[in-house]
Amino acid sequence: MSSNARAGRPSRLTRNLSAKIASVPMMLTAVVIFLGGTLWTVIYSFTSSKLLPRLKFVGLDQYERLWSAPRWLVSIENLAIYGIFSLIFSMVIGFVLAALMDQKIRFENTFRTIFLYPFALSFIVTGLVWQWLLNPEHGIQSVVRAMGWAGFEFDPLYNSSIVIYGILIAALWQGTGLVMCLMLAGLRGIDEDIWKASRVDGIPMWKTYLFVVIPMMRPVFVTTLVIIASGIVRVYDLVVAQTSGGPGIASEVPAKYVYDYMFQAQNLGQGFAASTMMLITVAIIIVPWAYLEFGGGRKRV
Amino acid sequence: MKFRSVIAVLAATVALPVAAGHATDLEVTHWWTSGGEAAAVAELAKAFDATGNKWVDGAIAGAGGTARPIMVSRITGGDPMGATQFNHGRQAEELVQEGLMRDLTDVAERGKWKEIIRPASLLDSCTIDGKIYCAPVNIHSWQWLWLSNAAFEKAGVPVPKNWDELVAAAPALEKAGIVPLAVGGQPWQASNAFDVLMLSLAGKDTFLKVFGDKDTEAAAGPDMAKVFKAADDARRMSKGTNVQDWNQATNMVITGKAGGQIMGDWAQGEFQLAGLKAGEDYSCLPGLGVNEVIATGGDAFYFPLLEDEEKSRAQDALAETLVDPKVQVAFNLKKGSVPVRGDVDLAAANDCMKKGLDILAKGNVVQWTDQLLSADSQKQKEDLFSEFFANPSMTPEDAQKRFVQIIATAE
Repeated sequence: MSSNARAGRPSRLTRNLSAKIASVPMMLTAVVIFLGGTLWTVIYSFTSSKLLPRLKFVGLDQYERLWSAPRWLVSIENLAIYGIFSLIFSMVIGFVLAALMDQKIRFENTFRTIFLYPFALSFIVTGLVWQWLLNPEHGIQSVVRAMGWAGFEFDPLYNSSIVIYGILIAALWQGTGLVMCLMLAGLRGIDEDIWKASRVDGIPMWKTYLFVVIPMMRPVFVTTLVIIASGIVRVYDLVVAQTSGGPGIASEVPAKYVYDYMFQAQNLGQGFAASTMMLITVAIIIVPWAYLEFGGGRKRV
Repeated sequence: MKFRSVIAVLAATVALPVAAGHATDLEVTHWWTSGGEAAAVAELAKAFDATGNKWVDGAIAGAGGTARPIMVSRITGGDPMGATQFNHGRQAEELVQEGLMRDLTDVAERGKWKEIIRPASLLDSCTIDGKIYCAPVNIHSWQWLWLSNAAFEKAGVPVPKNWDELVAAAPALEKAGIVPLAVGGQPWQASNAFDVLMLSLAGKDTFLKVFGDKDTEAAAGPDMAKVFKAADDARRMSKGTNVQDWNQATNMVITGKAGGQIMGDWAQGEFQLAGLKAGEDYSCLPGLGVNEVIATGGDAFYFPLLEDEEKSRAQDALAETLVDPKVQVAFNLKKGSVPVRGDVDLAAANDCMKKGLDILAKGNVVQWTDQLLSADSQKQKEDLFSEFFANPSMTPEDAQKRFVQIIATAE
């Protein structure tokens, strides 16, 4: 094809030289900033750095303090609840909406816009809107009470045991539209012939979705999973806008712990230890998945 | 072509301030953004501009917790401002130790700050290793209980004269549908309300022993157990507050939805803004009416070390301006705080403010937690008390155990 090929085997280094040169800046950024920054953070998490980073090593002290801090434990628990439920619900609701949308309905554009609209709002705005909606004195509770149900009670943001679900509602409202759009794109990518074939075979529609279409949409599901999961781990602004971690410490999340201790408490060491733990959590999830996905030498669809 | 002219305009706007800069520009960062606060800052800017320099306002919205990280990262990141607000105390301690802040000892000696600034503890918290690093501008005290006279009238009980009477009046208030004590959801409110309870009920000595000397025995002792008992009462009385910000909680007192609130003297600005009169519509009890001691926290300006000679001179001029008697009066009347010097006349002060001035004159003062504890310990304390106030199943004994731990690891 190219003149290179005719001139003999090119060395691996010089093949596609211009493309390689072009990607040098990004590679440098990745290595120096991402990897370097990560290493730096991990190293300094073993020091007693306060306001300024100082290399005074204290071993695992920061980690010991971290894992005995009730607030950190609450944060981890909240992240687990929020993560599992938001993963399940946004996937299920997103897919169901997309499937309904795929039935050649009228005004599809309009519905799609309506469902996707919340995604155009930042988490801060979403959080404030839902803070008002869930406020017992101004929001849903007072509206329902005004309609006659005087005993109606719905104040998740002021109840320590369910506050994280109040945040979950807002997150789902904001994020499901995007999942729906991704799923819809995936559904549109399914060949019409598949549907025709399944109709000829007399397979009910739900079975076709479950056993034929969904397995074919695997790449879309993986993409969606990555997008949702990264959003879960870094959830911060939604909590700040909706409850600022309250009531008490009932809706704290790890990212907020990191920020608060690094900057408000002026304790960098503690913040670095917490962010290192977040990194490890992500690694624990990502590494087995990446191994299954890319490793093992098995080629998947 | 069009693009070029845009660039040219941009370049001109950048170059212009430099070319026009005869008077030295000094950027001053602070977090005073509410109505009354902004008016007070304008007084400082006016006075500084009169010295032939130029005040470049760098207000950062969102209270100290948001502003301080920005200020610190600008100073440590090599982009220092001309001057910046901090609460005097230990917030800027490490920056000073690292040599990033300017030594103001010369200015202080010239202005005889040691003699005029009162109480002396204000200057002490600006002093590190015998050198002065900040210019205090005002005194804010936390130790106030604000009470709504209307709420107590509605409940049919007399307005309390101290904390115990408020606790005793709580059932009557609750029966009338009034929250006895408003405590907003922001963590620092719960934490500081506890500190006020501690200073008022356990007394100055215990307060200083625990927070000053980090004495864990005192922290675990019976005096503190009493304070935790009172915090338990406060927690019960605050049930149903359901607001976040301190001024929303103050508003509950103003509208009579809550009986009282433990809050600093800045709450007074809200009462004044609502047109209420001290003594008639609302009452104030310094030191919760038990122990009339007030703490002297407040605001101060720090000056990052700059290389530019002219800017350094402008910094000196600003430091002198800040403690000038006329500026002190103009600024503090608008801010609602107390001046840092005793030789100024505050005839316009209202009843509650005069009570505070009296206590100050008697010397019943103590250093506040911002001065005694590091930001780290303060944050841990906030975590503890915001959890304690929100979670009724946490016993006072458990809370005290965790409190002792925090004191044990405090520096």
